[in-house]
Amino acid sequence: MTVVQFALVGTALFSLGLYGVITRKNAVLVLASVELMLAAVNINLVAFDVYLQDPLYSGQIFSLFIIALAAAEVGIGIAIILMIYRNRQSADVDELKAMRG
Amino acid sequence: MTVSIADWFKETANWVFILLAIPTLLGAWRTVTSNNIVRSVLYLVVSLGGAAAMFLSLGAAFVGWTVVLVYIGAVIILFLIGIMITRAPLGMKAELSHASNVRMPAALLSLSMFVLVAWGLIDAFSNTAIEPFEPTPTSDIANLIFSRFVVPFEVVSIVLLAALIGGIALARRDDGGGA
Repeated sequence: MTVVQFALVGTALFSLGLYGVITRKNAVLVLASVELMLAAVNINLVAFDVYLQDPLYSGQIFSLFIIALAAAEVGIGIAIILMIYRNRQSADVDELKAMRG
Repeated sequence: MTVSIADWFKETANWVFILLAIPTLLGAWRTVTSNNIVRSVLYLVVSLGGAAAMFLSLGAAFVGWTVVLVYIGAVIILFLIGIMITRAPLGMKAELSHASNVRMPAALLSLSMFVLVAWGLIDAFSNTAIEPFEPTPTSDIANLIFSRFVVPFEVVSIVLLAALIGGIALARRDDGGGA
């Protein structure tokens, strides 16, 4: 196994997530695309951790922290989307123009 | 240590990697392009499952199973609840993505980012083999989290508590009066 094969899959996942964040209308799907980007980061961290044979396993432990933070982020994100839906009867990100100058 | 392309295809672990990478990337592709919102979230399961299996193939069993438990077990359920509560447009022909005047620049942007980063990675790490490794013992990860990384661990627990309280405060229905 080479380190670059995992890094390339991570890059492809991150690019797909970026595409989803920009193109998706529904706020829940934007969050799902952010999850793809976080998974890409985790693949990179674990692959380079194994490649560097770090005695502290920093990459794996960092990816565990990222997983915990992603779970918190999704919980808060869904709560915010729920509140926006209650106030505006829509969860489409392009209908939220109240803050546009 | 470097490996040639021919040697790369001789290694069984790399065929396993290809078998994992294809569903991971196809699932991600369908997640961002599917016209059915429930299917889109379920394709995310495929993609994250592929990522978890990749962690297992790298010997990082604890991270892999944490992804299965936290992402596939909890986060996907949160997404499905979010879809149902916000009455997202269900059905096969729902307009979930922006029109092509947004999609084209977005595709160009993400494709150029992929090409740029992939070029840099191949330039820096081309054919750099991962030395033979032992699977990471989970007890080592546990010992490190509670010794070297105990302060970040406690900070993460406070963040989770704050997120819990914040989630309740945000989603609570205010019956007029009082904030």
